[in-house]
Amino acid sequence: MDGYYAFMLIATAFVLMMTVPALALFYGGMSRSKSVLNMMMMSYIAVAIVGILYVAVGWSMGFGGEGTFFHDPFDLFWLDGVATDGYIGVMFQATFAIITVALISGAVADRMKFAAWVVFVPIWALLCYFPMAHMVFSCTEDSLICGRIGAQDYAGGTAVHINAGMAGLVLAVLIGKRIGFGKEALRPHNLTLTMLGAGLLWMGWYGFNVGSIVFGGTTDEENTAQFFSETGRTFANTTLATMAAILGWLLIEYLMHRKATSLGAASGIVAGLVAITPACGAVDIEGAVAIGAIAGAVCAWAVGLKYKLGYDDSLDVVGVHLVGGIIGTVLIGVFSTSEGAGGVDGLLYGGGLTSLGDQALGALVAILFSGVLTAIIGLAIKFTIGLRVTEEDEVEGIDFVAHGESAYDIHTSGGGSGSTGVLAAKTAPVTEGANA
Amino acid sequence: MKLVTAVIKPHKWEDVREALETFGVTGMTVSEVSGYGRQKGHTEVYRGAEYDIALVPKIRIEIVVDDNDAEDVVGIVVKTAQTGRIGDGKVWVSPVETVVRVRTGDRDAAAL
Repeated sequence: MDGYYAFMLIATAFVLMMTVPALALFYGGMSRSKSVLNMMMMSYIAVAIVGILYVAVGWSMGFGGEGTFFHDPFDLFWLDGVATDGYIGVMFQATFAIITVALISGAVADRMKFAAWVVFVPIWALLCYFPMAHMVFSCTEDSLICGRIGAQDYAGGTAVHINAGMAGLVLAVLIGKRIGFGKEALRPHNLTLTMLGAGLLWMGWYGFNVGSIVFGGTTDEENTAQFFSETGRTFANTTLATMAAILGWLLIEYLMHRKATSLGAASGIVAGLVAITPACGAVDIEGAVAIGAIAGAVCAWAVGLKYKLGYDDSLDVVGVHLVGGIIGTVLIGVFSTSEGAGGVDGLLYGGGLTSLGDQALGALVAILFSGVLTAIIGLAIKFTIGLRVTEEDEVEGIDFVAHGESAYDIHTSGGGSGSTGVLAAKTAPVTEGANA
Repeated sequence: MKLVTAVIKPHKWEDVREALETFGVTGMTVSEVSGYGRQKGHTEVYRGAEYDIALVPKIRIEIVVDDNDAEDVVGIVVKTAQTGRIGDGKVWVSPVETVVRVRTGDRDAAAL
């Protein structure tokens, strides 16, 4: 299985790339030009904090052994007792923890205190992600979602997307709407970044889904055979679902607004990837196309819910990740085939309602777990250090207030090229050493 | 002396510049501006949210000319910048008291 080990080195780097830079670009382009750096920094800081915390206790809580919700955090503290040839498995899972936390940031764009985010990130990873990864991925007999309920989740429809999406919804409600929400045009400032980010996410997602293979054989030969057949299935399903989701999203958008937008295509990519994440091992290619098309179409509609229900999930973490995650997780119960990784037939393949019930229950547990714990963490931060920057700072722009920088050196109101820089240089004296 | 100010569609700017140069205009000041007239901007759609974008990007050209040339310059701008569709822009003329060339101190016609 040397090939598998080499593949995991690549897959892990790919999944890290999904957060930096792919997610940062995807979200950064959608935010406004005065808060793009903050948006990107929320991803970059999440990498640093969650990655180290994962090695300290995350791996032990998630994959250290038995437990309904999580395993003893200090069993494999700082990877004590983990051989170095097992490190790549740890790092692969660490990148999952990282992107799950980073995904939440899109819900609170433009207005969350950076300090509040830095406090939220490790606490949320510790209380929400590490346990959920255990419940879903570790699959010990007593683990809640995989072991006890028996819900299938190949790469993280529940642990990653429902978890992050629900957290995004709760945080968006707690932090409140952006100034001007529903009145001003809070439009994306650079959709080329978003298109680039969506493309890189797609590429990285092969590491995410295909790399999530778990071997069931007792000999090397059996595992090698599984590796060949299963990676082909997960790779093809990931690809086809995403393609179908682009078309699904654009179709709904065209029917509703008579425009097929680039942001719609980029969003369709992510919605399809999200929905196929739990299902990529369970379904055949027809199932993958169906799940992708449904996810693209439903998510295109779901991103409008925030205007009707009145919460400001700024970059649609709910509409894409929560809704897409639920669709993928639940539809396994419809499209799952016993030839797939889970060995279970869904509704359309003669398996009756059993799988559908298990999948729905798994999704529900994930929603409740994430919703309740995120609310507790969010409220605790809100009433101590506070979640939100001041109104003045929000209007000024969080890039300058939180980071002392601006993303672009552009001074014309028309958004053109125009700056010679000479006017900008005169507006503030340069602090000695700062630009030396 | 007259100041001719024209606000035109950005993609017409190169045509206008060439026509004015052929006529003999030796210099101008150009800026990228945004605004709106009777067309009232346009609508954009982002993830299903339709926004009315009031401001439309335009190019503003400012040229100081001799009194006798003002009407010709206005005519050239109107002729070259015209597409016949809404949003073509405006041109206006205002009196200028005096002009000085910074390098030499030349005044008025000599400074143009």
